[in-house]
Amino acid sequence: MISGGITKFAKAHPDKDFRLMVKEAYDYALRDVPRFSTDMIEGAVGSYFSDHFTRQLKAASMVQDYLGLCPRPSKRIEGGGATGGLCFQSAWEAVASGRMNCCVAFGFETMSRVNTWKGNEFIALASDTNFDFPVGGFYTGYYAMMVQRHMHEFGTTVEQMAMVSVKNHANALYNPYAQKAKRLTVKQVRESPMVATPLTMEDICTMSDGAAVCLLASEEVAGKVCDRPVKITGVGSGSDAMRMADRPHGKVILLPHEREADYAHLRYPGVHSFRGGRTAAKLAYQMAGIRNPMEQLSFVELHDAYTSSEIQTYEDLGLCKYGEGGRFVESGIPFMPGVDYGLELPKQGRLPVNPSGGLLACGHPVGATGLMQAVFAFWQLQRTISKHLGNDTLQVKNAERGLIHSHAGTGTYITVSILEAAE
Amino acid sequence: MTEKGTILYSVDPLIIHDHYEIDYRHSYAEDSPFFIGLSKGKLLGSRCTGCGYTYATPRSHCMDCGAPTAWQELPLTGRVHTFTTCHYGGEAFLKETPFTLILAEFDGADTLLLSRLKGIEPEAVRIGLPVVARFAKTPSFRVTDVWFEPDHPHPSLPPRGGG
Ligand SMILES: [Zn+2]
Repeated sequence: MISGGITKFAKAHPDKDFRLMVKEAYDYALRDVPRFSTDMIEGAVGSYFSDHFTRQLKAASMVQDYLGLCPRPSKRIEGGGATGGLCFQSAWEAVASGRMNCCVAFGFETMSRVNTWKGNEFIALASDTNFDFPVGGFYTGYYAMMVQRHMHEFGTTVEQMAMVSVKNHANALYNPYAQKAKRLTVKQVRESPMVATPLTMEDICTMSDGAAVCLLASEEVAGKVCDRPVKITGVGSGSDAMRMADRPHGKVILLPHEREADYAHLRYPGVHSFRGGRTAAKLAYQMAGIRNPMEQLSFVELHDAYTSSEIQTYEDLGLCKYGEGGRFVESGIPFMPGVDYGLELPKQGRLPVNPSGGLLACGHPVGATGLMQAVFAFWQLQRTISKHLGNDTLQVKNAERGLIHSHAGTGTYITVSILEAAE
Repeated sequence: MTEKGTILYSVDPLIIHDHYEIDYRHSYAEDSPFFIGLSKGKLLGSRCTGCGYTYATPRSHCMDCGAPTAWQELPLTGRVHTFTTCHYGGEAFLKETPFTLILAEFDGADTLLLSRLKGIEPEAVRIGLPVVARFAKTPSFRVTDVWFEPDHPHPSLPPRGGG
C-alpha cells in the first residue's frame, strides 16, 4: 500500500454526491505520493453496499469515469458490511497475482438519502427475506440476541460493553475524520435510549456518508514512488450461514496458540461467536506467520458496529480466549495508552483496538468503512498519524504490524488483513 | 415527483423529494410447504436424508452433506435459545415496537427458528423459557403466521386457546 485518503464521515454531505466524495479521498491519496503518476494506475475496484441507498445501479462505473480511470479495468465488489474489506483484498489480489502493478480500491456509501429507520430497513434486507426480515428485520435486534447468548454462556456484562463505547468515542476526540467523537461514562451509555435489549443508542454505530481510497502497488512500483510503503503480509476471509438460526453447535476452530482442552465444554459457534471471523483470522495469521496475535500485533482496527461485536471479535481474533472478551476490555488492554477515559484500567494500552474510534465513533458508511480502516492502519504503520490527523495522540508508538477486520451481516462474510511497516 | 409538482427541500444544494415503489410476484418455491404448513397449524422443519441433520428453519438440501432433505413436523413446544426486545426497528416495523424476538430451539432439531414471543412482559423473558407455537387464524402466508407464547401462561394474562 502506497497511499490512502478519506472523506470526513458525516451524517450527510448534501453538497457532494458519491463521485465527488471519492474524488476528494482519491486526490488526497495522490497528493501524499508526489512522485506517483496516475498513468501508473492499471485498474480499480469499487465498493458500495446498497443499491437501495444509492438508487443508482452501476454507481461504481460513474466513479470510474469521474476519476478519469476509463478505459482501464474496473469492477464493483459488494459484500454487506464487509464490502470495504473485500474490496481491499480484491485490489490486493489484482496486484499480488501480477495482473496489475497498481490498483485503486475506492469505496463509498450515501446513507443520508433516507431516514434512519428506512435505512435500518434497507440494511435488514440483508437478512433472509422469507424467514428473517418479516419477523421484525432489524440488525440491532439480531446482534442483541447474539450478545444475550454471549452473556448467558460467558457472563459478559452490559458495563463491559459500555466500556467499549467509552473507549471508541473518546479515541475519536483526536480523529478529525470521525463523525461522533465524545466523552462518555459507562453510566451515560447505559442510560441512553434502549434500542434492543441490552443494546442502547451508544452501543451502536451510526449511519454515515463518506468515502475512502487506498492505492495498492507492487513492491517495485512502491519502492519507486513511496518513501514508507506498507506491506500487506496476510489476507484471510471466512463466511457463515445467512440465517443466524442455522448456525451449528460444534467444536471451536483453533488458532496456533490455543488447545482443544481450552474449550472442552463450549458448543461453537452457536450465535455467540463468528466462525467466519475465526476462519479469516486463522488464514491471515497463517500467511503472515503470526503464532500469537497478542504478542505480534501492534494495534487492531476491527468492525465494531456494536460494542458487543467488538467483544465477540476480540475472541474470534484470538486476542483472548472465547468467553474472556468482557474481561479483556475491563483489563484496559484494548485502550490507547496516554488517553484519559475516566476509568480504572490496570493494563491500559497493551494492544490498542480501534485507536481511530472505530465504526462506533467514526461512523459506518458501509462501502467505505473497510477501506477507512486500511487507511488508518496505513498511517499508523507509516507513523504519520500526526501529519494526517493534526495531532499524535492516536499514534501507536513503534507500530510495526496492524490488523484490519471487516465484517458483514450476522457474520456472513468476514475479512482479516495484516499490514506491516516497511523494514 | 408527483402530478401536483415537485417537493423542494433546499435550493443550495438543490434537494428534491423522490418516491420509489415496486410490486413483486414472490414465489416461495421449494420452501412453499413450510408456509402452507403454518396455515394448517403445523411447523415443518426438514431432515437430511443423508446424515440426519435436522433443520428447524427448513431447507431442501443439507448444508453439511449436500443431500436432499425430507419435510419433518417439529414439536409445537420448544424453548427460548436467545431473545431481545426491540424498542426501535426498521421503518416497516416501527409501529409494532416494542416487540420481542426469539430464536426458538426444539427437541430433535439441530438448528433454530427466528420468531416473535408474545403474551409475556419483556422483563420476564429468559433463556430456556418453555414456549408454545401459536398460529394466525387467517393466514397471510408469511413467516409471521406463527409466533410463540410462554408454555405456562403468565398468571396476569388471560388464558389463550391454541390452534
Ligand atoms: Zn446432511
